[in-house]
Order: sequence, then C-alpha cells, then structure tokens
Amino acid sequence: MQLTESRDGEVITLGAGGRIDHETSEAFQKALEPFLSRCAEGGDALVLDMGDVNYVSSVGLRVLLMASKRVTAQKGRIVVAAMQPTVGEVFRISHFDRILPSYDSVAAAVAALKT
Amino acid sequence: MDIRFWGTRGSLPTPMTASQMQDKAIALLKAADGRSFASDEELSAFIESQPFWTRSTYGGDTPCVEVVLEGEEHLIIDLGSGARRLGSEMLARFGPGAGQTYHVLMSHLHWDHLMGFPFFPPAYIPGNRIIVYGCHDAIEASFRRQHRGPNFPVDFSHLGANIEFRKLATGSTVSIAGADITPKLQLHAGDSYGYRIEAEGAAFVYSSDSEHRIEDEHAAEGFVDFFNDADLVVFDAMYSLADAVSVKEDWGHSSNIIGVELCQRAGARRLALFHHEPVYDDARIDAILADTRRYEEIRRDAYSEYQPLEVLAAYDGLVVSL
Repeated sequence: MQLTESRDGEVITLGAGGRIDHETSEAFQKALEPFLSRCAEGGDALVLDMGDVNYVSSVGLRVLLMASKRVTAQKGRIVVAAMQPTVGEVFRISHFDRILPSYDSVAAAVAALKT
Repeated sequence: MDIRFWGTRGSLPTPMTASQMQDKAIALLKAADGRSFASDEELSAFIESQPFWTRSTYGGDTPCVEVVLEGEEHLIIDLGSGARRLGSEMLARFGPGAGQTYHVLMSHLHWDHLMGFPFFPPAYIPGNRIIVYGCHDAIEASFRRQHRGPNFPVDFSHLGANIEFRKLATGSTVSIAGADITPKLQLHAGDSYGYRIEAEGAAFVYSSDSEHRIEDEHAAEGFVDFFNDADLVVFDAMYSLADAVSVKEDWGHSSNIIGVELCQRAGARRLALFHHEPVYDDARIDAILADTRRYEEIRRDAYSEYQPLEVLAAYDGLVVSL
C-alpha cells in the first residue's frame, strides 16, 4: 500500500486509501513503519489522512492501535483525520474513538499538532 | 430445534436494581404521554412498540442454554445461575415422579458456568439421570467441590439423581440426545470449549468465553470453519473491540465486532450477542445491539459477497427456533 506524504513543519500527513482489512493491513503496517520510528518526543508528529479510506476492519484497527501504542511509548503524537462517515461509525462502535484522537479535517489536525 | 436462553449474563448474576426498574416506568409513562388505552390489546401493542430496555430486561442469570430437540431427553449447555429456573420448570412440567434424562455440555468450569447446579432441583430427585459432558479433566471434581461444606450445606453424595461424567475430545463428533456434537478448544484462562450442534436439519454453535486475537488469522479461519453455515451462533461479546485488544487483552472474552466479522465470513445466518458484561444495564445492551446491527450493514456494504446476518442480543427467556 502506498501512502501519500506531505510535510508542514514537524507535522507529517500520511494519506491512505481503499479498505484497510485482512488483505491490506500488512502492507499498511509496513508502509507506516518508517514514519513511526521518527514519531517521538521532539521529532515528527503524524496525521493519518483517512479521507480516501472507505472501510476499516478489526485487523486495520489493530494496526492503528499498535501504531498509537508505539508512538505513545516514544512520547510522540499521532492522530487520525477526515474520516468518511462510515469509517467514523466503525471507530465509534468499536470504541477506537476513545484510543485515537480524531479531527474532522486534515487542516484541523495539523493545526492542533503544531500548537 | 429451539434454543432457549435461561441465563445470558457473564461473570456474575446481575439482578435489576430498584432504580433501574423505576427508570423503565418513567420512560414508559413519558412515552405514553397521558394517552388512554381502550383495551389490554391496545396497551400491549403500545408496550411492544417501545424500546426493549424500557419494556423488558435482558436478565441477570449467568450462562445456561437449553437446546430443545424433538426427543424426550434434554440437552443443556452450561449450568450458570439460569439453571435454577430451568430445573424448576422441568420439575413443574414433568413432576417429581417421571424420571428425566438431562445431557449437560460444560464449556468450562469457571464458577459463573457452574454455580446453578446446587440449585437445579432435578439433581435432588431419584429417578432423574444427569450426564455431564466436557473436555476438562476436572469436571467431576469441580462439581463435587462446590457442594462441600462450608460452601454449601448439601454434599454431592446426597444428591438423589443418578449423575455421570463423560469426557469429550476435540476433533471428534459424538451423538448425544439425537444431536451430532463437536467441541472446539477456545482461548480462555484454563481453556474453554465451544460446541457445534447439528440436529433436525439445523446447525447451532455455542461459543462463549472465547477470546479472539485479531492478529491470529489461522485461529480465525478455524472459527470460520466452526461457524460455517450455522443457523445461529451464540457469541461472547462481553467487551468493546477497543477494550478487548487493549486494557482487557488476555481476559478471555471477545467483542461484537469480531462476532460480526467471523459470522459473515462463515455465512452464518444469525448471531446472538451473549455473556453480557455485568456493569451494562438494559439501555446499554440495547445500544450495543443497535451498533452491532449497524456494523453488520457497514461491512456488508464493503463486501458485496456477504449475505445478511441477523443480529440478536440474547436475553433470559429468549427462544429462537431454528
């Protein structure tokens, strides 16, 4: 899975697309991996732009949980942004909205991480 | 085949509190909004139109499920506190003079699945036969232990029924009370076992007290096979997915999300959420049921190959005909 990448100061925005499920989660995890190591105290902050993601299964949610755990342990910051309504529902139903901070737009997420 | 739920709560019996009952009365009276009803039928129709949590309750007894078959012998899964009412109804229906045969499948030996047996009236009556099946070595010892003083006043040796214990093995199917029964090992402290029961042209799966590790696709495929084409899967949905994979990882239970995913992959037709968390009230379980039905829709929209999956939340007293 290819992630689009853009930088605004210390904030990196990564864009994913399609379904994040048992078929794609491993590739998603591998694509995310290089960015996680730099997402630490004093380093980059990460925004996952979910705007083009149309479904996330339990396997995909677990990748996000592992990323969040790792980043938190490194005292870094990671958030999700611009979720489609149904993906937002999956986050709410699974209670992952209580684990990962989310923002309505990428711009709002970047602004929050830059402050 | 009918599936009758006598106990659906996990971990601990959970009676409704006075304030919870009052909340229901207030909600119903608010919904009625001062209207009057011309007949009991009209009143009943109004009550039935209200949310489940206001007009009813999921109940608080711990796991006990009856598989009602056409034959004269009885098939029961687990003996949580729900077994008390099951035993009382059996006694009322058949009387103490007509000996009955009860086949009991034990998922495991944690207390919430065993605590009802000392209050199961047929166990005290000579002429009854109770055959307890399971895959654990310690089943008989566990049954005898909970009858010992000072925990209980009647020793196991004083029970009047003829009680036997038979060991089952995973990977093999046995015929019990006219049903083909296959146990499956599940991830739970001390091990638990699910049961697939096929009889009278229907397939029923009881899979409580079972943790599913999201990262273990091999194990998931095993459960997809176990649930394959089932008419009803009773599934441990005690926690949210987020809790099950974080703060409550290794606690031995699963979530509604995993239940939907496995059942859809398996082509099952009905999913019953089961082993309800004791801290959840009826309104919360109603909300979880609505969320689970929505997740089933979202996932079916994402994967066109999945057939509709009916999602229920099991409650004490629910009967599902297969």
